Amino acid sequence: MLSQDLNTILPEIVISLYAMGALLAAVYTVKDKAGPLLVWLTSGLFVAVAFWIGTTGEGATEAFSGMFQDDAFSRFAKVAILLSAAAVLLMSQEYMQKRDLLRFEYPLLIALAVVGMMMMVSAGDLMALYMGLELQSLALYVVASLRRDSVKSTEAGLKYFVLGALSSGLLLYGASLTYGFAGTTTFAGIIEATEDGVSLGLLFGLVFLSAGFAFKVSAAPFHMWTPDVYEGSPTPVTAFFATAPKIAAMALFARVVHDAFGNSISDWQQIVAFLSVVSMFLGAIAAIGQRDIKRLMAYSSIAHMGFALMGLAAGTAFGVQAMLVYLGIYVAMNIGTFAFILSMEKDGMPVTDIHALQMYSKREPLKAVAMLVLLFSLAGVPPMLGFFGKLYVLQAAYGAGLAWLAVAGVIASVIGAFYYLRIVYFMYFGEERDEALDTGSSPVLWAFLVGSAAVMVVGVVNLFGIEPLAEAASLALVN
Amino acid sequence: MTIGLEHYLTVAAALFVIGIFGLFLNRKNVIILLMSIELMLLAVNINLVAFSSFLGDLVGQVFTLFVLTVAAAEAAIGLAILVCFFRNRGTIDVEDVNVMKG
Repeated sequence: MLSQDLNTILPEIVISLYAMGALLAAVYTVKDKAGPLLVWLTSGLFVAVAFWIGTTGEGATEAFSGMFQDDAFSRFAKVAILLSAAAVLLMSQEYMQKRDLLRFEYPLLIALAVVGMMMMVSAGDLMALYMGLELQSLALYVVASLRRDSVKSTEAGLKYFVLGALSSGLLLYGASLTYGFAGTTTFAGIIEATEDGVSLGLLFGLVFLSAGFAFKVSAAPFHMWTPDVYEGSPTPVTAFFATAPKIAAMALFARVVHDAFGNSISDWQQIVAFLSVVSMFLGAIAAIGQRDIKRLMAYSSIAHMGFALMGLAAGTAFGVQAMLVYLGIYVAMNIGTFAFILSMEKDGMPVTDIHALQMYSKREPLKAVAMLVLLFSLAGVPPMLGFFGKLYVLQAAYGAGLAWLAVAGVIASVIGAFYYLRIVYFMYFGEERDEALDTGSSPVLWAFLVGSAAVMVVGVVNLFGIEPLAEAASLALVN
Repeated sequence: MTIGLEHYLTVAAALFVIGIFGLFLNRKNVIILLMSIELMLLAVNINLVAFSSFLGDLVGQVFTLFVLTVAAAEAAIGLAILVCFFRNRGTIDVEDVNVMKG
Protein backbone atom coordinates (compact mmCIF):
# COMPACT_ATOMS: atom_id res chain seq x y z
CA MET A 1 0.00 0.00 0.00
CA LEU A 2 2.57 2.52 1.15
CA SER A 3 4.88 1.83 -1.73
CA GLN A 4 2.00 2.34 -4.14
CA ASP A 5 1.11 5.63 -2.48
CA LEU A 6 4.69 6.80 -2.63
CA ASN A 7 4.84 5.80 -6.26
CA THR A 8 1.85 8.03 -7.00
CA ILE A 9 3.48 11.10 -5.48
CA LEU A 10 6.93 10.33 -6.88
CA PRO A 11 7.10 13.48 -9.06
CA GLU A 12 6.46 15.69 -6.03
CA ILE A 13 8.99 13.76 -3.96
CA VAL A 14 11.64 14.12 -6.65
CA ILE A 15 11.23 17.89 -6.89
CA SER A 16 11.17 18.42 -3.12
CA LEU A 17 14.24 16.27 -2.58
CA TYR A 18 15.99 18.13 -5.37
CA ALA A 19 15.09 21.50 -3.81
CA MET A 20 16.24 20.52 -0.33
CA GLY A 21 19.40 18.81 -1.56
CA ALA A 22 20.38 21.69 -3.82
CA LEU A 23 19.73 24.17 -1.00
CA LEU A 24 22.09 22.30 1.30
CA ALA A 25 24.70 21.76 -1.38
CA ALA A 26 24.73 25.40 -2.46
CA VAL A 27 24.78 26.87 1.02
CA TYR A 28 27.80 24.79 2.05
CA THR A 29 29.78 25.41 -1.15
CA VAL A 30 29.71 28.25 -3.66
CA LYS A 31 26.52 30.04 -2.53
CA ASP A 32 25.27 32.59 -5.05
CA LYS A 33 27.72 31.54 -7.74
CA ALA A 34 25.54 28.46 -8.16
CA GLY A 35 22.59 30.67 -9.21
CA PRO A 36 22.81 30.37 -13.01
CA LEU A 37 23.55 26.64 -12.87
CA LEU A 38 20.60 26.04 -10.54
CA VAL A 39 18.29 28.00 -12.82
CA TRP A 40 19.17 25.69 -15.71
CA LEU A 41 19.02 22.56 -13.56
CA THR A 42 15.67 23.50 -12.06
CA SER A 43 14.03 24.33 -15.35
CA GLY A 44 15.50 21.18 -16.88
CA LEU A 45 14.03 19.17 -14.02
CA PHE A 46 10.63 20.86 -14.49
CA VAL A 47 10.57 20.01 -18.18
CA ALA A 48 11.65 16.43 -17.49
CA VAL A 49 9.00 15.95 -14.80
CA ALA A 50 6.36 17.54 -17.04
CA PHE A 51 7.30 15.09 -19.78
CA TRP A 52 7.25 12.21 -17.31
CA ILE A 53 3.81 13.13 -15.91
CA GLY A 54 2.42 13.86 -19.35
CA THR A 55 3.50 10.60 -20.97
CA THR A 56 3.28 7.99 -18.24
CA GLY A 57 0.20 9.00 -16.24
CA GLU A 58 -2.87 6.92 -16.86
CA GLY A 59 -6.34 6.66 -15.40
CA ALA A 60 -7.14 7.90 -11.93
CA THR A 61 -5.23 6.82 -8.83
CA GLU A 62 -5.75 7.77 -5.21
CA ALA A 63 -2.98 7.86 -2.66
CA PHE A 64 -3.07 8.07 1.14
CA SER A 65 -6.74 7.07 1.34
CA GLY A 66 -7.98 9.76 -1.00
CA MET A 67 -5.86 12.64 0.29
CA PHE A 68 -3.98 12.86 -2.99
CA GLN A 69 -5.54 12.31 -6.36
CA ASP A 70 -3.75 11.68 -9.60
CA ASP A 71 -6.13 11.95 -12.54
CA ALA A 72 -6.24 13.47 -16.02
CA PHE A 73 -7.30 16.82 -14.55
CA SER A 74 -4.41 17.10 -12.13
CA ARG A 75 -1.96 15.90 -14.77
CA PHE A 76 -3.12 18.54 -17.26
CA ALA A 77 -2.70 21.27 -14.64
CA LYS A 78 0.66 19.92 -13.47
CA VAL A 79 2.14 19.83 -16.96
CA ALA A 80 0.98 23.40 -17.57
CA ILE A 81 2.39 24.57 -14.22
CA LEU A 82 5.74 22.87 -14.72
CA LEU A 83 6.24 24.09 -18.28
CA SER A 84 5.28 27.68 -17.51
CA ALA A 85 7.50 27.73 -14.42
CA ALA A 86 10.41 26.42 -16.49
CA ALA A 87 9.83 29.07 -19.15
CA VAL A 88 9.73 31.89 -16.59
CA LEU A 89 12.90 30.64 -14.88
CA LEU A 90 14.79 30.61 -18.17
CA MET A 91 13.55 34.10 -19.02
CA SER A 92 14.57 35.49 -15.65
CA GLN A 93 18.19 34.40 -15.59
CA GLU A 94 19.77 37.23 -17.54
CA TYR A 95 17.63 39.98 -16.01
CA MET A 96 18.44 38.86 -12.50
CA GLN A 97 22.12 38.34 -13.14
CA LYS A 98 22.48 41.82 -14.56
CA ARG A 99 20.95 43.32 -11.43
CA ASP A 100 22.79 41.08 -9.01
CA LEU A 101 19.55 39.46 -7.92
CA LEU A 102 20.25 35.89 -8.88
CA ARG A 103 20.64 34.35 -5.47
CA PHE A 104 20.76 30.58 -5.45
CA GLU A 105 17.58 30.46 -3.35
CA TYR A 106 15.51 31.90 -6.18
CA PRO A 107 15.20 28.79 -8.40
CA LEU A 108 14.84 26.59 -5.32
CA LEU A 109 12.05 28.68 -3.82
CA ILE A 110 10.31 28.48 -7.19
CA ALA A 111 10.79 24.70 -7.10
CA LEU A 112 9.20 24.52 -3.64
CA ALA A 113 6.33 26.75 -4.78
CA VAL A 114 5.82 24.40 -7.72
CA VAL A 115 5.65 21.40 -5.38
CA GLY A 116 2.97 23.28 -3.43
CA MET A 117 1.04 23.94 -6.61
CA MET A 118 1.26 20.28 -7.63
CA MET A 119 -0.14 19.38 -4.20
CA MET A 120 -2.94 21.89 -4.67
CA VAL A 121 -4.14 20.54 -7.99
CA SER A 122 -4.01 16.96 -6.67
CA ALA A 123 -5.65 17.63 -3.31
CA GLY A 124 -8.45 15.28 -2.34
CA ASP A 125 -8.85 16.52 1.21
CA LEU A 126 -9.11 19.88 2.94
CA MET A 127 -5.88 19.23 4.85
CA ALA A 128 -3.90 18.38 1.72
CA LEU A 129 -5.41 21.45 0.07
CA TYR A 130 -4.31 23.70 2.92
CA MET A 131 -0.78 22.31 3.12
CA GLY A 132 -0.26 22.64 -0.65
CA LEU A 133 -1.63 26.16 -0.67
CA GLU A 134 0.58 27.28 2.19
CA LEU A 135 3.70 25.69 0.73
CA GLN A 136 3.06 27.66 -2.44
CA SER A 137 2.17 30.91 -0.66
CA LEU A 138 5.05 30.92 1.81
CA ALA A 139 7.56 30.44 -0.99
CA LEU A 140 5.90 33.19 -3.04
CA TYR A 141 5.91 35.73 -0.18
CA VAL A 142 9.67 35.36 -0.03
CA VAL A 143 10.30 35.66 -3.77
CA ALA A 144 8.09 38.78 -3.92
CA SER A 145 10.54 40.56 -1.61
CA LEU A 146 13.60 39.04 -3.27
CA ARG A 147 15.18 42.44 -3.90
CA ARG A 148 15.61 43.04 -0.21
CA ASP A 149 17.38 46.40 -0.53
CA SER A 150 14.46 47.98 -2.38
CA VAL A 151 11.53 49.65 -0.61
CA LYS A 152 9.15 48.68 -3.38
CA SER A 153 10.02 45.00 -3.39
CA THR A 154 9.85 44.59 0.40
CA GLU A 155 6.63 46.55 0.49
CA ALA A 156 5.21 44.26 -2.18
CA GLY A 157 6.27 41.26 -0.10
CA LEU A 158 4.72 42.73 3.05
CA LYS A 159 1.41 43.52 1.35
CA TYR A 160 1.31 40.12 -0.30
CA PHE A 161 2.05 38.45 3.01
CA VAL A 162 -0.61 40.29 5.03
CA LEU A 163 -3.37 39.87 2.46
CA GLY A 164 -2.30 36.33 1.62
CA ALA A 165 -2.43 35.38 5.29
CA LEU A 166 -5.87 36.99 5.55
CA SER A 167 -7.06 34.90 2.61
CA SER A 168 -5.59 31.74 4.13
CA GLY A 169 -7.46 32.59 7.32
CA LEU A 170 -10.76 32.99 5.48
CA LEU A 171 -10.18 29.76 3.59
CA LEU A 172 -9.31 27.93 6.76
CA TYR A 173 -12.40 29.20 8.56
CA GLY A 174 -14.43 27.89 5.64
CA ALA A 175 -12.59 24.58 5.87
CA SER A 176 -13.36 24.30 9.59
CA LEU A 177 -17.07 24.95 9.02
CA THR A 178 -17.11 22.46 6.16
CA TYR A 179 -15.45 19.87 8.37
CA GLY A 180 -17.88 20.48 11.19
CA PHE A 181 -21.05 20.30 9.17
CA ALA A 182 -20.01 17.56 6.76
CA GLY A 183 -18.24 15.54 9.47
CA THR A 184 -15.26 14.82 7.28
CA THR A 185 -12.46 16.63 5.47
CA THR A 186 -12.24 14.40 2.39
CA PHE A 187 -13.87 15.69 -0.77
CA ALA A 188 -15.45 12.29 -1.38
CA GLY A 189 -17.03 12.45 2.09
CA ILE A 190 -18.26 16.02 1.65
CA ILE A 191 -20.00 15.20 -1.61
CA GLU A 192 -21.71 12.26 0.10
CA ALA A 193 -22.85 14.49 2.96
CA THR A 194 -24.41 16.97 0.55
CA GLU A 195 -26.42 14.42 -1.41
CA ASP A 196 -29.72 15.73 -0.10
CA GLY A 197 -29.06 19.44 -0.05
CA VAL A 198 -26.52 21.70 1.59
CA SER A 199 -27.05 22.79 5.18
CA LEU A 200 -26.64 26.42 6.17
CA GLY A 201 -23.35 25.73 7.92
CA LEU A 202 -21.90 24.06 4.83
CA LEU A 203 -23.09 26.98 2.72
CA PHE A 204 -21.15 29.34 4.98
CA GLY A 205 -18.14 27.07 4.64
CA LEU A 206 -18.47 27.16 0.85
CA VAL A 207 -18.68 30.97 0.84
CA PHE A 208 -15.56 31.35 3.00
CA LEU A 209 -13.66 28.80 0.92
CA SER A 210 -14.63 30.64 -2.27
CA ALA A 211 -13.49 33.96 -0.80
CA GLY A 212 -10.12 32.40 -0.01
CA PHE A 213 -9.76 31.01 -3.53
CA ALA A 214 -10.85 34.32 -5.05
CA PHE A 215 -7.96 35.98 -3.20
CA LYS A 216 -5.52 33.45 -4.58
CA VAL A 217 -6.70 33.80 -8.19
CA SER A 218 -6.91 37.60 -7.72
CA ALA A 219 -10.57 37.80 -8.67
CA ALA A 220 -12.38 41.04 -7.80
CA PRO A 221 -13.51 42.06 -5.16
CA PHE A 222 -10.52 40.31 -3.56
CA HIS A 223 -7.93 41.69 -5.95
CA MET A 224 -6.48 44.62 -3.95
CA TRP A 225 -3.05 43.06 -3.50
CA THR A 226 -2.49 42.30 -7.19
CA PRO A 227 -1.46 45.68 -8.68
CA ASP A 228 0.92 46.57 -5.85
CA VAL A 229 2.53 43.15 -5.71
CA TYR A 230 2.95 43.02 -9.48
CA GLU A 231 4.47 46.49 -9.57
CA GLY A 232 6.80 46.08 -6.61
CA SER A 233 8.19 42.60 -7.22
CA PRO A 234 11.17 42.15 -9.53
CA THR A 235 9.84 41.68 -13.08
CA PRO A 236 10.75 37.96 -13.45
CA VAL A 237 8.87 37.28 -10.21
CA THR A 238 5.89 39.22 -11.56
CA ALA A 239 6.04 37.05 -14.67
CA PHE A 240 5.95 33.98 -12.45
CA PHE A 241 2.98 35.32 -10.41
CA ALA A 242 1.04 35.90 -13.60
CA THR A 243 1.42 32.33 -14.85
CA ALA A 244 1.84 29.15 -12.78
CA PRO A 245 0.07 30.17 -9.51
CA LYS A 246 -2.99 31.25 -11.49
CA ILE A 247 -3.31 27.82 -13.11
CA ALA A 248 -2.86 26.13 -9.74
CA ALA A 249 -5.39 28.29 -7.91
CA MET A 250 -8.00 28.04 -10.67
CA ALA A 251 -7.54 24.27 -10.90
CA LEU A 252 -7.90 24.00 -7.13
CA PHE A 253 -11.05 26.13 -7.20
CA ALA A 254 -12.50 23.86 -9.91
CA ARG A 255 -11.46 20.76 -7.99
CA VAL A 256 -13.19 21.88 -4.77
CA VAL A 257 -16.43 23.08 -6.31
CA HIS A 258 -16.81 19.99 -8.48
CA ASP A 259 -15.29 17.24 -6.34
CA ALA A 260 -16.58 18.40 -2.95
CA PHE A 261 -19.61 20.52 -3.80
CA GLY A 262 -20.61 18.94 -7.11
CA ASN A 263 -24.10 18.21 -5.77
CA SER A 264 -24.91 21.84 -5.16
CA ILE A 265 -23.90 23.51 -8.40
CA SER A 266 -26.66 26.11 -8.18
CA ASP A 267 -25.28 27.30 -4.83
CA TRP A 268 -21.76 28.08 -5.97
CA GLN A 269 -22.69 29.01 -9.52
CA GLN A 270 -23.99 32.39 -8.32
CA ILE A 271 -20.83 33.07 -6.33
CA VAL A 272 -18.52 32.20 -9.22
CA ALA A 273 -20.61 34.13 -11.75
CA PHE A 274 -20.53 37.17 -9.46
CA LEU A 275 -16.74 36.96 -9.06
CA SER A 276 -16.41 36.55 -12.81
CA VAL A 277 -18.49 39.55 -13.84
CA VAL A 278 -16.95 41.88 -11.24
CA SER A 279 -13.40 40.82 -12.19
CA MET A 280 -13.98 41.29 -15.91
CA PHE A 281 -15.32 44.81 -15.51
CA LEU A 282 -12.90 45.90 -12.82
CA GLY A 283 -9.92 44.59 -14.78
CA ALA A 284 -11.12 46.32 -17.94
CA ILE A 285 -11.94 49.71 -16.40
CA ALA A 286 -9.25 50.13 -13.75
CA ALA A 287 -6.43 49.42 -16.23
CA ILE A 288 -7.34 52.37 -18.42
CA GLY A 289 -5.52 54.96 -16.33
CA GLN A 290 -2.34 52.94 -15.76
CA ARG A 291 1.03 54.07 -17.12
CA ASP A 292 3.12 51.32 -15.57
CA ILE A 293 3.04 48.23 -17.76
CA LYS A 294 3.41 45.85 -14.81
CA ARG A 295 0.40 47.41 -13.06
CA LEU A 296 -1.43 47.23 -16.34
CA MET A 297 -0.66 43.53 -16.64
CA ALA A 298 -1.97 43.09 -13.09
CA TYR A 299 -5.36 44.49 -14.06
CA SER A 300 -5.17 42.51 -17.28
CA SER A 301 -4.68 39.33 -15.25
CA ILE A 302 -7.69 40.22 -13.06
CA ALA A 303 -9.84 40.56 -16.18
CA HIS A 304 -8.49 37.31 -17.62
CA MET A 305 -9.24 35.46 -14.39
CA GLY A 306 -12.79 36.80 -14.73
CA PHE A 307 -13.06 35.07 -18.09
CA ALA A 308 -11.58 31.83 -16.77
CA LEU A 309 -14.09 31.93 -13.90
CA MET A 310 -16.85 32.33 -16.47
CA GLY A 311 -15.98 28.86 -17.76
CA LEU A 312 -16.09 27.51 -14.21
CA ALA A 313 -19.40 29.28 -13.52
CA ALA A 314 -21.03 27.22 -16.27
CA GLY A 315 -20.82 24.24 -13.91
CA THR A 316 -20.51 21.72 -16.74
CA ALA A 317 -17.73 19.50 -18.05
CA PHE A 318 -17.55 21.72 -21.11
CA GLY A 319 -17.16 24.71 -18.81
CA VAL A 320 -14.15 23.16 -17.08
CA GLN A 321 -12.70 22.29 -20.48
CA ALA A 322 -13.16 25.90 -21.61
CA MET A 323 -11.51 27.11 -18.41
CA LEU A 324 -8.49 24.87 -18.93
CA VAL A 325 -8.10 25.87 -22.58
CA TYR A 326 -8.43 29.53 -21.60
CA LEU A 327 -5.80 29.19 -18.89
CA GLY A 328 -3.41 27.47 -21.30
CA ILE A 329 -3.79 30.25 -23.86
CA TYR A 330 -3.55 32.93 -21.15
CA VAL A 331 -0.27 31.53 -19.85
CA ALA A 332 1.21 31.26 -23.34
CA MET A 333 0.31 34.91 -24.03
CA ASN A 334 1.67 36.12 -20.72
CA ILE A 335 5.01 34.38 -21.14
CA GLY A 336 5.54 36.24 -24.42
CA THR A 337 4.35 39.56 -23.03
CA PHE A 338 6.61 39.32 -20.00
CA ALA A 339 9.55 38.34 -22.23
CA PHE A 340 8.95 41.70 -23.91
CA ILE A 341 8.62 43.58 -20.59
CA LEU A 342 11.83 41.97 -19.33
CA SER A 343 13.65 43.23 -22.42
CA MET A 344 12.43 46.84 -21.92
CA GLU A 345 15.43 48.74 -20.64
CA LYS A 346 17.22 52.03 -21.09
CA ASP A 347 20.96 52.29 -20.47
CA GLY A 348 20.73 48.89 -18.82
CA MET A 349 18.04 49.98 -16.32
CA PRO A 350 14.59 48.39 -16.45
CA VAL A 351 11.78 50.63 -17.71
CA THR A 352 8.11 49.98 -17.12
CA ASP A 353 6.46 53.20 -18.32
CA ILE A 354 4.33 52.52 -21.40
CA HIS A 355 5.17 55.98 -22.78
CA ALA A 356 8.73 54.77 -23.27
CA LEU A 357 7.35 52.63 -26.10
CA GLN A 358 6.53 55.61 -28.35
CA MET A 359 7.47 54.80 -31.96
CA TYR A 360 9.07 51.56 -30.89
CA SER A 361 8.20 50.02 -34.26
CA LYS A 362 10.78 52.21 -36.01
CA ARG A 363 13.68 50.88 -34.03
CA GLU A 364 12.66 47.25 -33.50
CA PRO A 365 10.16 46.31 -36.20
CA LEU A 366 10.14 42.58 -35.51
CA LYS A 367 9.71 42.84 -31.75
CA ALA A 368 7.01 45.46 -32.26
CA VAL A 369 5.10 43.11 -34.56
CA ALA A 370 5.43 40.26 -32.07
CA MET A 371 4.15 42.49 -29.26
CA LEU A 372 1.31 43.68 -31.49
CA VAL A 373 0.21 40.10 -32.07
CA LEU A 374 0.37 39.37 -28.34
CA LEU A 375 -1.56 42.51 -27.40
CA PHE A 376 -4.24 41.76 -29.98
CA SER A 377 -4.42 38.25 -28.58
CA LEU A 378 -4.71 39.54 -24.99
CA ALA A 379 -7.49 41.86 -26.13
CA GLY A 380 -9.25 38.97 -27.85
CA VAL A 381 -9.12 40.30 -31.40
CA PRO A 382 -9.72 37.60 -34.03
CA PRO A 383 -7.95 35.74 -35.60
CA MET A 384 -5.46 35.49 -32.69
CA LEU A 385 -5.58 32.62 -30.25
CA GLY A 386 -6.85 34.83 -27.41
CA PHE A 387 -10.09 35.29 -29.31
CA PHE A 388 -10.71 31.54 -29.42
CA GLY A 389 -10.08 31.27 -25.70
CA LYS A 390 -12.73 33.90 -25.06
CA LEU A 391 -15.09 32.26 -27.57
CA TYR A 392 -14.73 28.98 -25.69
CA VAL A 393 -15.74 30.36 -22.29
CA LEU A 394 -18.55 32.44 -23.80
CA GLN A 395 -19.92 29.28 -25.44
CA ALA A 396 -19.70 27.41 -22.15
CA ALA A 397 -21.53 30.18 -20.26
CA TYR A 398 -24.17 30.50 -22.96
CA GLY A 399 -24.65 26.73 -23.10
CA ALA A 400 -25.25 26.60 -19.35
CA GLY A 401 -28.00 29.22 -19.53
CA LEU A 402 -25.85 32.12 -18.35
CA ALA A 403 -26.48 34.29 -21.40
CA TRP A 404 -26.30 37.48 -19.30
CA LEU A 405 -22.83 36.54 -18.17
CA ALA A 406 -21.71 35.93 -21.75
CA VAL A 407 -23.08 39.31 -22.85
CA ALA A 408 -21.34 41.02 -19.93
CA GLY A 409 -18.12 39.27 -20.94
CA VAL A 410 -18.34 40.59 -24.50
CA ILE A 411 -18.92 44.15 -23.24
CA ALA A 412 -16.04 43.92 -20.76
CA SER A 413 -13.66 42.60 -23.41
CA VAL A 414 -14.55 45.49 -25.72
CA ILE A 415 -13.81 47.99 -22.91
CA GLY A 416 -10.62 46.13 -22.08
CA ALA A 417 -9.41 46.21 -25.69
CA PHE A 418 -8.85 49.96 -25.28
CA TYR A 419 -5.78 49.80 -23.11
CA TYR A 420 -4.10 47.04 -25.10
CA LEU A 421 -4.68 48.91 -28.34
CA ARG A 422 -3.34 52.11 -26.77
CA ILE A 423 0.05 50.44 -26.37
CA VAL A 424 -0.11 49.39 -30.02
CA TYR A 425 -0.95 53.00 -30.89
CA PHE A 426 2.10 54.24 -28.98
CA MET A 427 4.34 51.72 -30.70
CA TYR A 428 3.20 52.57 -34.22
CA PHE A 429 1.77 56.09 -34.23
CA GLY A 430 3.21 57.71 -31.11
CA GLU A 431 5.46 60.75 -31.13
CA GLU A 432 9.21 60.54 -31.46
CA ARG A 433 11.05 60.84 -28.18
CA ASP A 434 14.67 61.39 -27.31
CA GLU A 435 14.81 58.95 -24.43
CA ALA A 436 14.36 55.81 -26.52
CA LEU A 437 14.63 52.29 -25.15
CA ASP A 438 17.77 50.30 -25.83
CA THR A 439 17.57 48.06 -28.86
CA GLY A 440 18.43 44.40 -28.95
CA SER A 441 17.73 41.84 -26.28
CA SER A 442 19.04 38.53 -25.10
CA PRO A 443 18.42 35.60 -27.45
CA VAL A 444 16.40 33.75 -24.80
CA LEU A 445 13.91 36.60 -24.34
CA TRP A 446 13.75 37.15 -28.07
CA ALA A 447 13.00 33.47 -28.66
CA PHE A 448 10.24 33.43 -26.05
CA LEU A 449 8.69 36.63 -27.38
CA VAL A 450 8.69 35.60 -31.02
CA GLY A 451 7.80 32.00 -30.20
CA SER A 452 4.81 33.05 -28.12
CA ALA A 453 3.63 35.44 -30.84
CA ALA A 454 3.98 32.66 -33.42
CA VAL A 455 1.93 30.37 -31.17
CA MET A 456 -0.82 33.00 -31.09
CA VAL A 457 -1.03 32.92 -34.89
CA VAL A 458 -0.27 29.28 -35.72
CA GLY A 459 -2.28 27.91 -32.81
CA VAL A 460 -5.60 28.80 -34.41
CA VAL A 461 -5.26 25.71 -36.61
CA ASN A 462 -5.91 23.18 -33.87
CA LEU A 463 -4.85 24.86 -30.59
CA PHE A 464 -1.81 22.52 -30.63
CA GLY A 465 -4.08 19.63 -29.76
CA ILE A 466 -4.78 20.72 -26.18
CA GLU A 467 -8.53 20.52 -26.79
CA PRO A 468 -8.85 16.71 -26.45
CA LEU A 469 -6.47 16.77 -23.46
CA ALA A 470 -8.54 19.46 -21.75
CA GLU A 471 -11.68 17.50 -22.53
CA ALA A 472 -10.25 14.34 -20.95
CA ALA A 473 -9.19 16.42 -17.96
CA SER A 474 -12.62 17.96 -17.52
CA LEU A 475 -14.35 14.59 -17.83
CA ALA A 476 -12.08 13.22 -15.10
CA LEU A 477 -13.28 16.01 -12.80
CA VAL A 478 -16.97 16.32 -13.66
CA ASN A 479 -19.00 13.17 -13.90
CA MET B 1 -26.07 25.35 31.97
CA THR B 2 -23.90 23.02 30.02
CA ILE B 3 -21.41 24.39 27.57
CA GLY B 4 -22.27 23.04 24.13
CA LEU B 5 -20.87 23.25 20.64
CA GLU B 6 -22.59 26.55 19.85
CA HIS B 7 -20.75 28.32 22.66
CA TYR B 8 -17.41 27.33 21.23
CA LEU B 9 -18.50 28.32 17.75
CA THR B 10 -19.64 31.71 19.02
CA VAL B 11 -16.33 32.37 20.75
CA ALA B 12 -14.43 31.31 17.63
CA ALA B 13 -16.59 33.48 15.37
CA ALA B 14 -16.09 36.47 17.70
CA LEU B 15 -12.32 35.98 17.73
CA PHE B 16 -12.27 35.60 13.96
CA VAL B 17 -14.21 38.82 13.45
CA ILE B 18 -11.95 40.67 15.92
CA GLY B 19 -8.98 39.43 13.88
CA ILE B 20 -10.46 40.69 10.61
CA PHE B 21 -11.30 44.07 12.14
CA GLY B 22 -7.81 44.25 13.58
CA LEU B 23 -6.43 43.89 10.07
CA PHE B 24 -8.59 46.58 8.55
CA LEU B 25 -9.04 49.17 11.29
CA ASN B 26 -5.50 49.19 12.63
CA ARG B 27 -3.48 52.11 11.25
CA LYS B 28 -0.65 51.98 13.74
CA ASN B 29 1.74 49.10 13.56
CA VAL B 30 2.40 46.15 11.27
CA ILE B 31 3.12 43.92 14.28
CA ILE B 32 -0.55 44.30 15.22
CA LEU B 33 -1.43 42.95 11.78
CA LEU B 34 0.62 39.84 12.53
CA MET B 35 -1.18 39.48 15.85
CA SER B 36 -4.55 39.80 14.12
CA ILE B 37 -3.61 37.09 11.63
CA GLU B 38 -2.58 34.84 14.51
CA LEU B 39 -5.92 35.52 16.21
CA MET B 40 -7.82 34.46 13.09
CA LEU B 41 -5.89 31.22 12.83
CA LEU B 42 -6.45 30.47 16.53
CA ALA B 43 -10.18 31.08 16.10
CA VAL B 44 -10.11 28.45 13.37
CA ASN B 45 -8.30 26.08 15.72
CA ILE B 46 -10.99 26.48 18.38
CA ASN B 47 -13.57 25.70 15.72
CA LEU B 48 -11.72 22.59 14.59
CA VAL B 49 -11.15 21.23 18.07
CA ALA B 50 -14.76 21.91 19.10
CA PHE B 51 -16.08 20.13 16.02
CA SER B 52 -13.63 17.30 16.53
CA SER B 53 -14.78 16.71 20.08
CA PHE B 54 -18.44 17.12 19.11
CA LEU B 55 -18.18 14.65 16.22
CA GLY B 56 -15.96 12.24 18.14
CA ASP B 57 -13.57 12.31 15.21
CA LEU B 58 -9.84 12.91 15.54
CA VAL B 59 -9.30 14.42 12.10
CA GLY B 60 -10.11 17.91 13.33
CA GLN B 61 -7.38 17.78 15.94
CA VAL B 62 -4.85 16.55 13.41
CA PHE B 63 -5.88 19.47 11.21
CA THR B 64 -5.31 21.81 14.18
CA LEU B 65 -1.75 20.54 14.60
CA PHE B 66 -1.07 21.26 10.93
CA VAL B 67 -2.54 24.74 11.26
CA LEU B 68 -0.41 25.48 14.33
CA THR B 69 2.77 24.47 12.50
CA VAL B 70 1.94 26.46 9.41
CA ALA B 71 1.02 29.50 11.54
CA ALA B 72 4.45 29.39 13.14
CA ALA B 73 6.17 29.22 9.74
CA GLU B 74 3.97 32.03 8.49
CA ALA B 75 4.84 34.28 11.44
CA ALA B 76 8.55 33.61 10.88
CA ILE B 77 8.34 34.61 7.23
CA GLY B 78 6.20 37.64 8.02
CA LEU B 79 8.66 38.91 10.60
CA ALA B 80 11.57 38.31 8.22
CA ILE B 81 9.91 40.38 5.51
CA LEU B 82 9.08 43.03 8.10
CA VAL B 83 12.74 43.27 9.17
CA CYS B 84 13.77 43.82 5.52
CA PHE B 85 11.07 46.43 5.14
CA PHE B 86 12.17 48.24 8.29
CA ARG B 87 15.76 48.39 7.08
CA ASN B 88 14.68 50.12 3.89
CA ARG B 89 11.96 52.36 5.20
CA GLY B 90 12.97 53.01 8.79
CA THR B 91 9.41 52.60 10.07
CA ILE B 92 6.80 49.89 10.46
CA ASP B 93 3.70 52.07 10.66
CA VAL B 94 0.88 50.78 8.49
CA GLU B 95 0.33 54.32 7.18
CA ASP B 96 3.86 54.33 5.77
CA VAL B 97 3.39 51.17 3.70
CA ASN B 98 2.35 53.39 0.80
CA VAL B 99 5.13 53.74 -1.77
CA MET B 100 2.88 52.16 -4.38
CA LYS B 101 -0.63 53.45 -4.85
CA GLY B 102 -3.32 53.73 -7.45
